[in-house]
Amino acid sequence: MFELLGVPPQALFGQLLLGLINGAFYAILSLGLAVIFGLLNVINFAHGAQYMMGAFATWMLLQYFGVPYWGALVAAPVLVGIFGMLLERLFLSRLYHLDHLYGLLLTFGLALIIEGLFRQQFGSSGLPYTNPIPGGANLGFMFLPYYRAWVVAFSLFVCFGTWFLIEKTKLGSYLRAATEKRDLVQAFGVNVPRMITLTYGFGVGLAALAGVLAAPIYTVNPLMGSNLIIVVFAVVVIGGMGSILGAILTGFGLGIVEGFTKVFYPEASNTVIFILMAIVLMIRPAGLFGTQR
Amino acid sequence: MKRNDVFTFAAVLALLAVLPAAIYPLFLMKVLCFALFACAFNLLIGYVGLLSFGHAMFFGFAAYVSGHAVKVWGWPTEAGILAGTGAAALLGVAAGAIAIRRQGIYFAMVTLALAQMVFFYCHQAPFTGGEDGIQAIPRRPLLGVIDITNDTVFYYVVLAIFTFGFLLIYRVIHSPFGQVLKAIRENEPRAISLGYRVDRYKLLAFVLSAALAGLAGATKAIVFKIASLTDVAWQMSGEVVLMTLVGGMGTVLGPLVGAAVIVSMQNYLARFGEWVLVIQGAIFVTTVLLLRRGIVGEIVAAFARRALRRGKDTAQDAD
Repeated sequence: MFELLGVPPQALFGQLLLGLINGAFYAILSLGLAVIFGLLNVINFAHGAQYMMGAFATWMLLQYFGVPYWGALVAAPVLVGIFGMLLERLFLSRLYHLDHLYGLLLTFGLALIIEGLFRQQFGSSGLPYTNPIPGGANLGFMFLPYYRAWVVAFSLFVCFGTWFLIEKTKLGSYLRAATEKRDLVQAFGVNVPRMITLTYGFGVGLAALAGVLAAPIYTVNPLMGSNLIIVVFAVVVIGGMGSILGAILTGFGLGIVEGFTKVFYPEASNTVIFILMAIVLMIRPAGLFGTQR
Repeated sequence: MKRNDVFTFAAVLALLAVLPAAIYPLFLMKVLCFALFACAFNLLIGYVGLLSFGHAMFFGFAAYVSGHAVKVWGWPTEAGILAGTGAAALLGVAAGAIAIRRQGIYFAMVTLALAQMVFFYCHQAPFTGGEDGIQAIPRRPLLGVIDITNDTVFYYVVLAIFTFGFLLIYRVIHSPFGQVLKAIRENEPRAISLGYRVDRYKLLAFVLSAALAGLAGATKAIVFKIASLTDVAWQMSGEVVLMTLVGGMGTVLGPLVGAAVIVSMQNYLARFGEWVLVIQGAIFVTTVLLLRRGIVGEIVAAFARRALRRGKDTAQDAD
């Protein structure tokens, strides 16, 4: 077998695929964060916990109700999304008139509660979830597990679906208008508070969807969200929250960079995104696709 | 110093000085270390308006440096604590230079990410002992004479360190420098247009806060004879935010009260395992929703309301 840059191609492309999958999660999560921040002006710290809830919902649906993966793919995001809407109505909606920092603190507290409850109930060792599409194809230069190919393809579909929804549909134009001028949109007779609740539910649902996709790849673990969300924050800082396509591009791009780092300099694979964040802040503080606000 | 403040501080200090008679000194030292940590954090959020979600990096890194210096290099205790503080200050220069390029919510995310980077560094670096941390850090006599293996004696040393940090912060926020910081908090563009080099002020405040957080962490490492990954983890950053929030952001005594509340809570609830996390989260949510000024902030506000009422009453009497 030939070698690329002194690395066997299986290892290189395998890590690249894993990077692409992580990138897909970064993209979906930062997309949800950006949509929520745009309208609510809240950085949703509970996003990681809600991603974890998506994975657990998948596991529980199978374990307790016999709902298979494909059912959970729809049911889990909806259920977690509804839970998110409840949180928004009960807690977040009381803070909109205050400094944005309070939203961050509140959702941080919510994340602690959710994570603590799941750890209390399920321990922190993690639960396995059976791969719904076992097997894979040998492409000659690498082995491609079908499930991972599905995750990458479906994530791309979800990302561009979200982009289409926000940028090209009437509903999306309401959302963008309300992000710019809330009062004016309300004056035109749009029910903005309801829109805010639905938007938060949508963003939370996206996080849960990423959780469903992650369940068969990583073990379902109460801690899976809190470590991921910090990386996603760095991704958001690098990309800036101004543009949907920017968030998608940054997410996938950074996943690939991380994958490459795992091959060539594994010691830095945990930190490479943070280092990139520092560099971007030095050169372009507003982020690659962002505008200073 | 204002006269009211002098009386309050003297009373608090007197209380802290007699407390070891009633409460286990090791517990009190923990409270004081975290109180200093929270005071350092409060300097940024309360007086510059910057919410750092990564202060554990200074606390934990200083703990590692002082632990390593004292245990492996055999440095005297005071040199070890100074080394930790200095290392935290240097880290503060680097992290601050990056973080102050963004404000508000982004500042919180950037500091959190930088702290996570430091966490991973400490996890991998050879001198930190990885998962085990640095254990059994010796308590050498302070300045060669004070025997700090005795907890009660060490408590007064820690009290002195806390008082030093506390008064330093008090002095800073009441200095012209502190006034500029408050101006930046209230209206940054105006401070810029008045000719202040805002970035320098912010960076200096950040470094000072980092150094004092480091002083707290280094002291904590000597007190508990251990420096571990817990000290640099993001949960620690969250805890200091919680302490300050509960006590009252932007109040002088709030961090001390908040640290006392949260540390005692952790002590009593330790046997409930994961419920501590849930309860901490619940306190976060409740405080943000109902008690945003914190304990000390609410007390101060109550006094202010009473003074206002009394002022009105006397005004009416004069009529």
